Amino acid sequence: MSAVAAEHEHTDDHHDHGPAKGWMRWIVTTNHKDIGTLYLVFALTMFFVGGTMALIIRAELFEPGMQFVEPQFFNSMTTMHALVMVFGAVMPAFVGFANWMIPMMIGAPDMALPRMNNMSFWMLVAGVLLLASTLFMEGGAPASGWTLYPPLVLQTGNALPFAVFSVHLLGISSIMGAINIIATILNMRAPKMSLMQMPLFVWTWLITGFLLIAIMPVFAGAVTMLLTDKFFDTSFFDAAGGGDPVLYQHIFWFFGHPEVYVMILPTFGVASTIIPVFARKPLFGYSSMVYATGAIAFLSFIVWAHHMFTVGMPITGELYFMYATMLIAIPTGVKIFNWTATMWKGAMTFETPMLFSIAFVVLFTLGGFTGLMMAIAPVDFQYHDTYFIVAHFHYTLVPASVFILMAGGYFWLPKWTGKMYDERLARLHFWLSAISVNILFFPQHFLGLAGMPRRIPDYAVQFSDWNMVSSIGAFIFGFSQLMFVYIVIKTVRGKDCEKATDEVWEDAAKHGLEWTLPSPVPYHTFATPPEKIPTENY
Amino acid sequence: MKQTKQLLVYLTLMLSGLKSVEASDYTLNLMKGVTKTSNDIYDLHMLILWICVIIGIAVFGTMFYSIYYHRKSRGHKAEQFHENTTVEIIWTIIPTIILIAMAIPATKLMIEMDDVSESEMSIKVTGWQWKWEYEYMDNGIHFFSSLDAKSNEARQLGSDIDPKTVPHYLLNVDKPLVIPVNTKIRFLFTAADVLHSWWVPDLGWKTDTIPGFINESWTLVQKAGTYRGQCAELCGKDHGFMPIVVIAMEKPEYDLWVKGQQALAKVEAAKSEKEWSQAELMAQGKEVYTNNCASCHMEDGSGMAGTFPAITNSAIVIGDIESEINMVMNGQGMMPAFGAMLSAADFAAVITYTRNSFGNAVGDLVQPSKIKSLQAALVSTDNDDEDDD
Repeated sequence: MSAVAAEHEHTDDHHDHGPAKGWMRWIVTTNHKDIGTLYLVFALTMFFVGGTMALIIRAELFEPGMQFVEPQFFNSMTTMHALVMVFGAVMPAFVGFANWMIPMMIGAPDMALPRMNNMSFWMLVAGVLLLASTLFMEGGAPASGWTLYPPLVLQTGNALPFAVFSVHLLGISSIMGAINIIATILNMRAPKMSLMQMPLFVWTWLITGFLLIAIMPVFAGAVTMLLTDKFFDTSFFDAAGGGDPVLYQHIFWFFGHPEVYVMILPTFGVASTIIPVFARKPLFGYSSMVYATGAIAFLSFIVWAHHMFTVGMPITGELYFMYATMLIAIPTGVKIFNWTATMWKGAMTFETPMLFSIAFVVLFTLGGFTGLMMAIAPVDFQYHDTYFIVAHFHYTLVPASVFILMAGGYFWLPKWTGKMYDERLARLHFWLSAISVNILFFPQHFLGLAGMPRRIPDYAVQFSDWNMVSSIGAFIFGFSQLMFVYIVIKTVRGKDCEKATDEVWEDAAKHGLEWTLPSPVPYHTFATPPEKIPTENY
Repeated sequence: MKQTKQLLVYLTLMLSGLKSVEASDYTLNLMKGVTKTSNDIYDLHMLILWICVIIGIAVFGTMFYSIYYHRKSRGHKAEQFHENTTVEIIWTIIPTIILIAMAIPATKLMIEMDDVSESEMSIKVTGWQWKWEYEYMDNGIHFFSSLDAKSNEARQLGSDIDPKTVPHYLLNVDKPLVIPVNTKIRFLFTAADVLHSWWVPDLGWKTDTIPGFINESWTLVQKAGTYRGQCAELCGKDHGFMPIVVIAMEKPEYDLWVKGQQALAKVEAAKSEKEWSQAELMAQGKEVYTNNCASCHMEDGSGMAGTFPAITNSAIVIGDIESEINMVMNGQGMMPAFGAMLSAADFAAVITYTRNSFGNAVGDLVQPSKIKSLQAALVSTDNDDEDDD
């Protein structure tokens, strides 16, 4: 914190200087904390953009009959909601956490490749803007579901090439981010920290990084084949030219299934970081947590066709994918048991991050149960493509990934800003979210079992009541999230906020290096690697 | 408001257990269906559900016990254990055993469902945007089945028709699929344009229909009745509006139905032979247009800017009649190929109608007999040089 850099735009000396002055700081920054903030703010914005689309969907489904939008636009909304939430909100939010926290957790001064870090963020913005621009194009935004299945996706109007190039940009951005994270973890750890002493959040991101590098090129390849099928007369997915529409589904889900875990593994990591702090106990079964994460990542590559039980695979294929999918329950179970055991005989307190984390464990487990039910291929012939699956994956994404993003936000915000957030308001935010998310998604199980297909803009009248309940839940949930924005802004501005201690949470410094730093955390940290590793007993 | 009130009453009653779920219209669980397979699926579903419930009670019970008793505010001191190999091995092995126990009945059922052998009749189902085509392979009956007119009218944006007043809203069709009970039926599935998925929950399964490929499934319905389902794979704008209705009949009734259908087919064929007047074609064409074209090109022929071209003043519709016939016959882009979908009479009628309605006044007509010969050939002529607006 010594000399502030002179008026020069750029200096080559290695004095510890603060952020650049003015708004250009946010454009050109290579600081992991700034880039982390950029990612998080962008993700939060997209969370509301995607959320607005979800509310359009739920408004239309509030009652039977078409009230607000044309079916084609409805399909664009389901498609864009998914793409924006997956690629614009959840993934960037976890990259934001990774940027902020990984260097601080492993005692590194910054990310390994800071300039590429900046580039991967701005490429993400470009990719998402390109995607959003399709909303205003002739023929409308893509309306074939986020899976972009041919032949339907080839009926997209002018938007198709833009959506494809957007996927390319998002893919490049993700790959660069993943390479950066892997390089940072493997090369920049404090010399005293062994791999098996890394916080679990770092471990899960290391594994997620490899998943991303493996899968994004596959998705990019698949959409490129769509592009050539549409514009260059190839027939990869056209049976009339010797191709196969189902081939696309195999390629897509070879990407798509690990992609789901890209969103859930860092979730596991944050939960494993938060729960021990508030249980005042070390994480139970650290090494089995690491191995379980690895096992889940490995299995994610060999189960893809459980998304396609009804496409008419041979019986042996169906059985293989059923067995392989069921296996995922084992490492996932280990994780849930370990979190429970971490709480067992602790001295728990229930600040907002812990509340969100406990809700995550419970509600993610519900999502896991329905996942297990759908792994049973013969029964999946009923569940497939109904609201049952919609309920399932929203349980694994909203009260799981999104809740953990909220938990992480509240958990680290005092460290980032040096101010405590308003605990009373935050708890209200939690309870509103936790109750409304269940009003929103639980009835969708009933709808699916009763026979309501997914992705329909209108439905038979026997589905009316639960759809109405679900829509009411959606609006309460959606508007409750504005509280999060208010609480964050209030904390960042810092008026009337209590000052956070360096440790922030009682005895947190026993659980991670980040809590040994001052609050607010200085612009540059760990210029020299730390000597003592709090997690060395793990 | 009334609905909200009803809902609150219902929820309260349900929570207090006064109202049996079966007695109401509300379904909370999977339906048992009307085949042995669908019943087996239901049983397996319930088995897995109960296993999950029991695991859930154990895990959440432990967690909530801990949350209640092991809290700092109760003065509980944290213990510092963080490993126990025995426990970890136990909670890996027990789930493995449970999974094997689930996999055994699942495998048996899977193999049973896969076996289409010894079926007594075959029905070919083709998915179209947005209707179903049924072909009885054994007796030549062949027809299209699409959303019934009442639902179709009510489901339009701003129709002001209360769906609750429409019988079987969105789950009713103009021509249902009729099958005999206690007969093992093999279904062959394919699609003409994009992916669809044929799903009747009472039969216990859905199967995707894929252009260029044929999938198989079978059913043996044990109880006569009407069973309703929907397309389950997103297939474009009217994906939500292509229901399936299956009527299962006792065998003698079914045989009568078959005879009736065969007689009807003869009448239809005769229609293509006779000479039609302009007025006859126009009257028939209006109906055909409403059922087949209006969902994209709109009731008034104005289309939808950017996606679906208008009929009014369309270069193709008011141009050479051959090119319009060709377009409707073979389709292009999102325009489906109607050549196989419409009877020669309907085809001729709709061509004549579009050329002389919506402000178009070409004045010519085409006879069904001409369409019939074209359909017989169904040779796709190259229309690359034509504009599609």
